[in-house]
Amino acid sequence: MNEVHAAKPHLTREHLLALLHGMIRIRRFEEKCAELYQQEKIRGFLHLYIGEEAIAVGAMLALTPMDAVVATYREHGHALARGVSMDAVMAEMYGKAEGCSRGRGGSMHLFDAPTRFYGGNAIVGGGLPLAVGLALAEKMEKRDGIAACFFGEGAVAEGEFHESLNLAELWRLPVLFVCENNLYAMGTRLERSESQPDIHIKAQSYNVPAEVVDGMDVVAVEAATRRVCAAIRGGGGPALLECRTYRFRAHSMFDPQLYREKAEVEEWKRRDPIDRLALWMRETRQLHDSDLAAIEAQVASEIEHSVTFAESGHWEPAAELTRDVYASEGVP
Amino acid sequence: MTEGVREITYRDAVREAIRGALLTDPRVFLMGEDVGRYGGCYAVTKGLLDEFGPERIRDTPLSESAFVGAGIGAALGGMRPIVEIMTVNFSLLALDQIVNNAATIRHMSGGQFAVPLVIRMATGAGRQLAAQHSHSLEGWYAHIPGLKVVTPATLEDARFMLAAALADPNPVLIFEHVMLYNRSGVLPSGIGTVDIDSAVVRRPGTHVTLLTYGGTLFKTLDAAEVLAKDGIEAEVIDLRVLRPLDAETVLASVGKTRHAVIIDEGWRSGSLSAEISARIMEGAFWDLDAPVGRVCSAEVPIPYPHHLEEAALPQPAAIVAVAKATLGG
Repeated sequence: MNEVHAAKPHLTREHLLALLHGMIRIRRFEEKCAELYQQEKIRGFLHLYIGEEAIAVGAMLALTPMDAVVATYREHGHALARGVSMDAVMAEMYGKAEGCSRGRGGSMHLFDAPTRFYGGNAIVGGGLPLAVGLALAEKMEKRDGIAACFFGEGAVAEGEFHESLNLAELWRLPVLFVCENNLYAMGTRLERSESQPDIHIKAQSYNVPAEVVDGMDVVAVEAATRRVCAAIRGGGGPALLECRTYRFRAHSMFDPQLYREKAEVEEWKRRDPIDRLALWMRETRQLHDSDLAAIEAQVASEIEHSVTFAESGHWEPAAELTRDVYASEGVP
Repeated sequence: MTEGVREITYRDAVREAIRGALLTDPRVFLMGEDVGRYGGCYAVTKGLLDEFGPERIRDTPLSESAFVGAGIGAALGGMRPIVEIMTVNFSLLALDQIVNNAATIRHMSGGQFAVPLVIRMATGAGRQLAAQHSHSLEGWYAHIPGLKVVTPATLEDARFMLAAALADPNPVLIFEHVMLYNRSGVLPSGIGTVDIDSAVVRRPGTHVTLLTYGGTLFKTLDAAEVLAKDGIEAEVIDLRVLRPLDAETVLASVGKTRHAVIIDEGWRSGSLSAEISARIMEGAFWDLDAPVGRVCSAEVPIPYPHHLEEAALPQPAAIVAVAKATLGG
């Protein structure tokens, strides 16, 4: 069994450093994005994943290049963890033609064919049926891939969540549903919108195996995802992970956060997935100051490169405005 | 592919189209509500489950959004799905997937991903099915960049448009008017393909251009016969494709006849007929001898009683009257 298909993570020092690197990379990238937003280099909506990095980093390690990934408008972390180049993501944030979606999508619509990254869906719940269909294609074509679908707990209120879980289980499709439960759908807390706030119980009502994972613990997320993916790949049908997490930043850059107490945010920040892993690694003597410095330096350099790349990218000529609305050539 | 001269129904023609697609491309499959065991709400898909099995003829739950979205996902994953939605009114439950995903993904992804999906659905009134099963909303879909919208009216279009739609790399919506399913006739031999780009002149004429599509084509042809008895030669154009519109054929005809009447079972306000009228204004205003006329459905949810339903829909007598009025008669 190779590394990717392994049902358990190998917690070597090297692996733990990679997890830490993956999370810090997303954190610093998004901090830079917030800064660039203030400078009006990035416009439109910007939804930061800060606080939730453990989920994308942990879960993505259980996927193979053959798998398909569907994410939401809070997907910078997923794109980076999936392997979409930071240069292309940053250029997309700028709206430059060198962006991973040629600048047409922006922050909310990152797409990347080489890594089978199918967006970047900004309609809450809208990505779930796509994942079901991508998994259907895998099954009908007798390929080995699965479809991994990330969505927030707000999507659970949409009919598409229920329709999709039912259909995926009915047809026993290889879908990994990852619910990133950060407690708030914009400003509406879960208990204020759901009669049954335990999301895994909803999944179980469709006979979809579901479990709750500590979404602030990257190792726990990776372990759970590997275990669940092994079952999905073995023909077990879909499964759902409810990752309990928290976003440290506002919903978007326009959110004054009137709906939650600062104390609650501070409480969750004490469970910061990066600090938590770093602390544990230090306690077990697997992380030294020099390691952290090296990670930070490497990440800073990659981000700097991506900003330079985006800055030097070009604006697509307005004459090309209507390209890619229709294709005239056939699809391979 | 050619077929002998024989009498078939529109329903049979659509079924043969689906069967032909399933036989020629292993990536093609059909899914929708009651397409399998039941044989299709309008009996279009009868027999296909037995021939192709449940993997390729998939009965779905009543989850329009999920199965249309799954069709989009499967198309992204390399399949060539045909999704059947029972009726255009039900497609509103899948509007998010059709408008926000199928129509946008190519563009939003900078051209990286295609959605070669075909969605078929019944449209139109005439069967006394009242206000939630009888509307003609294809004009709405024709508003959306990224979609192609086709309306087969003739047997050959019913038989061959599907193959063209499946070969098209874009999402294509096929609207089948409910009153056409039982129409029968001879499928001309020697035709193996049709395009989904152009409007077609179904009846040549010189005095007035009658522009229509789908279920009102035959009413319009009937009206043209009545007009002919009064010495008025109407040119009947079957638009066939509502998006992208073949304005060239429309304008060429109007340039010749100098009179135009649009017949559309959709409502008048904010409609496809309004769009065509505007195209004529933009492209042929100085060729016109009279204002563009329109015959559309009355602005009412389609009622149940037969006489009121008929009163709500475009009828040959109204087409004749508007055509004559346009000609100053």
